[in-house]
Amino acid sequence: MHFTFTDEQQLLADTVQRFVREHYSFEDRREILSSPEGWSRAIWQELAGLGLTAINVPEEHGGLGAGPVETMLVMNAFGAGLLLEPYLSAAVLAPSLIAQLGDSDVAAELLPQIAAGELIAIVAHQEPQTRGKLNSIATRAEKNGDGYVLQGKKNVVAHAPAANEFLVTARTSGKATDTAGVRVFRVPTDASGLKITAYRTLDGTRAADLELDRVRLPTSSLVGADSDGFAAIEAAHHVAVSALCAEAVGIMKAVNATTVEYTKNRKQFGQPISRFQVLQHRMVDMFIQAEQATSMSYLAAIKCQDADPSARRRALSAAKCVIGQAGRFIAQQAVQLHGGMGMTDELMVSHYFKRLTAIDLTWGDADFHLQQFAESLRT
Amino acid sequence: MDLNFTADELAFREEVRAFLREHLPQELSDRVKNGLAVRVEDYRWWQKVLFERGWGAPTWPKEFGGTGWDPVRLHIFEEELALAGAPKPVPFGLRMVGPVIIAFGNAEQQKRFLPRILNAEDWWCQGYSEPGAGSDLASLKTRAERHGDYYIVNGQKTWNTMGQHANWIFCLVRTDPNAPKPQQGISFLLIDMKTPGITVRPIVTLDGAHEVNEVWFENVKVPVENRIGEENKGWTYAKFLLGHERTSIAGIGSSKRELGRLKAIAQNETKNGRPLIEDPFFAARIAQVEIDLMALEITALRALSAESKNRAPGPEASILKIKGTEIQQALSELLMYAVGSYALPFERSSADENDFASVAGPDYAAPLAGTYCNMRKVTIYGGSNEIQRNIIAQMVLGL
Repeated sequence: MHFTFTDEQQLLADTVQRFVREHYSFEDRREILSSPEGWSRAIWQELAGLGLTAINVPEEHGGLGAGPVETMLVMNAFGAGLLLEPYLSAAVLAPSLIAQLGDSDVAAELLPQIAAGELIAIVAHQEPQTRGKLNSIATRAEKNGDGYVLQGKKNVVAHAPAANEFLVTARTSGKATDTAGVRVFRVPTDASGLKITAYRTLDGTRAADLELDRVRLPTSSLVGADSDGFAAIEAAHHVAVSALCAEAVGIMKAVNATTVEYTKNRKQFGQPISRFQVLQHRMVDMFIQAEQATSMSYLAAIKCQDADPSARRRALSAAKCVIGQAGRFIAQQAVQLHGGMGMTDELMVSHYFKRLTAIDLTWGDADFHLQQFAESLRT
Repeated sequence: MDLNFTADELAFREEVRAFLREHLPQELSDRVKNGLAVRVEDYRWWQKVLFERGWGAPTWPKEFGGTGWDPVRLHIFEEELALAGAPKPVPFGLRMVGPVIIAFGNAEQQKRFLPRILNAEDWWCQGYSEPGAGSDLASLKTRAERHGDYYIVNGQKTWNTMGQHANWIFCLVRTDPNAPKPQQGISFLLIDMKTPGITVRPIVTLDGAHEVNEVWFENVKVPVENRIGEENKGWTYAKFLLGHERTSIAGIGSSKRELGRLKAIAQNETKNGRPLIEDPFFAARIAQVEIDLMALEITALRALSAESKNRAPGPEASILKIKGTEIQQALSELLMYAVGSYALPFERSSADENDFASVAGPDYAAPLAGTYCNMRKVTIYGGSNEIQRNIIAQMVLGL
């Protein structure tokens, strides 16, 4: 066992950290946040140029075939800079899902474009009743002549407005929570019967609800006809949850650093407020929680591609639970220790606060994963 | 000992309820109950309605137009208003500067200012905090120099709530920079917001709202007659005001209302095909807050009872502030988590910048994340909860 990174991994981490420092200042980010699209295509091209969009694409399809540890190092840096680009959706979740589905034609068509940063494919899986439970899918795909008809609703799909195409999950058979029968379909963004309602979310990310009303698709739109659709969906989400945990850790470390710095500079009662023991202990607790979260993010990265699904579920739920709890505590205390300044839009701390809150609300919150973990004790 | 209300007190509660049924419009109470922004004109209108009923200033003595109620009646009144979804009284006139003017103002000032607070003609705001003076309020630097019958005020105040609507501001200013202790050189001034040299600049908060401001003073001329009490004794009046602020922050009535809303939403939301409120885990979270709130209510009633026996509200009021705000935050957190992924859509209304637009998911979900963000302020303002703990440590425990 060891916790050191290879030279290549360390170089990757240094490169991405430097990129974020140089291209994603608070002012840069503010400009991107208020732009019509809410993310920067220029930055996206730079990320592609650095090879970052190729990390989760296998080598045979023009990718780097790197793994969750590399993704973790990238996401740590993206967390610190609160990047708004659709990296998690389009460069982690989508290529992981396509690779998992094992459809060689689709993989050969899409993955090289994803690796090159030319295609933004967005996975639309979550539904209003899903609440973290990946198998809770009500959208139906009925076989109809030489194709399928999709009917259902997907909600709060992150980065959906940026999509060049959607990968929509729907069931061809089974009840609303069966794992069997869940499939993945390629859906064009201009498909007839597809209604996209776009909006901003709490953290400034652009998202959308997708309503599919008798959306007709050719048979060829079904991806991975011979594979277990749900297993692929779950495996891809595990990789993405690991990446999300890493982003949260990046934020926690950055927000803890700004809080320590702020309390050293803020003077009240004739001294820096960092001298007050009650605040010192609070920051120690924030530090401890961030360290525990880091440990669980490592665990998530190592376990998210484990061959045993139940081992993966346990590890990922444990990680997401700790990250959610730590993120909530750190976010709340960081604002508290900044006092009124923590409430303003003018400092990074409130933006970190909102992103950590949004992360906990994504793919099951801390309580959901605590319950999932508890349920695994029974078996 | 008796934890029940007397027959008189229960009859009073009925009287308040009947009044609310008759006078509080459904549209307004729906806004309050759903966590939407209350419009400025509605705050004013509602204050006038209460004033006409003789209930304009529940905490003031009768001779100044108050009700003269004992603390138990006051508690019942505030709870019923909050439960019914009445707009929360804007505290700056009624709960802050009003009591200061009553206790320390001269007859002229009482005659001039109090009636205009009662009937909502004046909207007051607070000039206390400064960028360098928050928890350490006494280190404030806004300077007032005496020139004959006037003070000339220069400096900057911050975290000024709703000052963009105000026509008067009460300010702590430094009149003696050479006093041996910072608390000794402070005076309490009432300043007309229309005086030349005052600039109000918005501060946008993390929820995207414009609720607070910076207020700048540049050679602002303030008549000496607008000073409360003695020169350089302002700290005494300031502390008196802060005590009043602390007890009004507990918000038991509004927390009860929010608890009811949480239960209704948890009944409506589903998890694994069942109402969320039937999920043992989430139900336990609601139960925990409800139990904390029950304890706080009895603690508050004990404090009120001590007060009605003419023992002044002591530093125990800090308990109410700490627990009250913790409960408010816990409720806003559970409300947000209750709606799951639909807590995330976050769009301001195009019609009113202080409203959220319901773009996706149930209407009740739209403002919940914003409220959760906004509620971070309650453990910071009115003396942060860390400062409240210092007060208990020093004044109650003698540490």
